[in-house]
Amino acid sequence: MNFTKEDILKILEEVVDPEIPTVSLVDLGVITNIETKDDFVKITMTPTFSGCPAMDYMKQDVIDTLDRYGVENKEVEITFDEPWSSNKITEKGLEGLKKHGLALPQKYISPEEINYIQYATCPHCDGDNTELRSPFGPTLCRAFHFCNDCNMMFEQFKAL
Amino acid sequence: MEALKELLFKMADDSLVIGHRMGEWTGIAPMMEEDLAFSSIAQDKLGHANTLYDMLHELGEADADTLGFLRSANEFRNCQFVELPIGDYDFSLVRHFLFDNAEFIRYKHLANSSHEPLAKFARKVIGEVRYHVMHGNAWMKKLGNSHTAEGLERMQQQLNFAFPYALGVFEHSPSENEIKDQGYFVGEDTVKEEWMNTIKSVIAETKLTLPENAEPVTGGRKHEHTEHLSTMLEEMSVTLRLDPSVEW
Repeated sequence: MNFTKEDILKILEEVVDPEIPTVSLVDLGVITNIETKDDFVKITMTPTFSGCPAMDYMKQDVIDTLDRYGVENKEVEITFDEPWSSNKITEKGLEGLKKHGLALPQKYISPEEINYIQYATCPHCDGDNTELRSPFGPTLCRAFHFCNDCNMMFEQFKAL
Repeated sequence: MEALKELLFKMADDSLVIGHRMGEWTGIAPMMEEDLAFSSIAQDKLGHANTLYDMLHELGEADADTLGFLRSANEFRNCQFVELPIGDYDFSLVRHFLFDNAEFIRYKHLANSSHEPLAKFARKVIGEVRYHVMHGNAWMKKLGNSHTAEGLERMQQQLNFAFPYALGVFEHSPSENEIKDQGYFVGEDTVKEEWMNTIKSVIAETKLTLPENAEPVTGGRKHEHTEHLSTMLEEMSVTLRLDPSVEW
C-alpha cells in the first residue's frame, strides 16, 4: 500500500511526547523530514537534547504507530542534520505545553539572547512578575521559575 | 582518519568521565537546585559521549557501550582534570566552570569542522553547553564574591589547585597538526587563547585572582592517568562486567 507524505503526517500526529502527552512529536518539532516513494516511507527525527533518554522510546513509538496503520516498508533515522530548537514548536504544540501546566519557551532570533532572557509567563496566573530559580529542572528540557504574583514554583519548557 | 579518531576519542572520553563525575552529585549536592543542575549537566555530557562514540563506531570502532565501559584506563584519552574525584562542592564547581567554558569554545569552532557529522553535532551541542556555561559562570560570580573570608579562601584555594589541571585540557594530541591540517578542528591553542580571555573576564567580576605562571598538568591525551581513573572506570562498569552478554 502506498502512503503520501500527508497520510504519514496525519498518522504521526497521534504519537505524543512520552512525558508531555498533550503535545505530538510533529508539533514538538522533532520529526524533521518525511519522504515517501511508492510504498517506502523514510522518517527523520532529531532529539530535543542530545542526551534525551526518551529518544529511543519516541523512535519505537513512531515505528509501532506506523505498524498499526499498516506502513510496513519504513525506516526511521535519528540525525542532527536539522538540529532541534524550541522555536520549532508549532502553535498547537505551544498550546499543548500550556495545557500540561508548563510555561512556554521564549522565542528568540539569535541564540545569544538566551543568555539574557530569564523571564517566563506563569502558567498558573499568567503573571509576568517571575524569576528564574534554576535553568535545570526535572528533565533536560525544563527550567524552574518562581512566580512572585501567585507565590508558586512552576516549570518552563526552556528555550534552546 | 587516525587523527580524526584521536580527536573524537579525547572529546568522548572527556564527556564520559566528567559526566560520570558530575552525576556523583545526584542526591548529595548542597541544595536541590544544584542537585538538579549537576545531574542534568551530567546527563547532557553522557549524551555527548554517546553520540561521539557512535561517530567512532561509524568509523569502524567498537560500539558505544564497549568503548565507554569495557576499555581499561590506559586506553582513555581524557585530560586528567576530568578524572579527579569530585571533592567538595567548591572544587566541583570550579572544575565545571573552567571545563565547560572550554567546551563551549571548542564546540563553537567544531561547528565548522570538515567532518560533517561532527560539525552538525557541534551546532546542536552549543545550545546545551550554553546553559552549562551560564550555570558555571553565575555560581562562580556568586561564590567568588562571598562575604565570608572562609568562603573566599576556599574558592581561591580550589582555583589555585584546579587551574594547572584546566590548562592540561589543551594538551596537544599526538596528531594535533594533522587534526588542524585536515580541517577537523581549529586546534587546542586557539581554544586555549579564547578560553583564557573568557576565564579572565569572569574572574575579574569576583574577588578571586587567577594563579600566575601555572604549569599545565598534562599526560591524559597520551593515555597517562592518575589512579583515580581506573578506580572510577571499575566502579562504573562493575555491573556490566559481571556478565557483558546480559540484555538490559
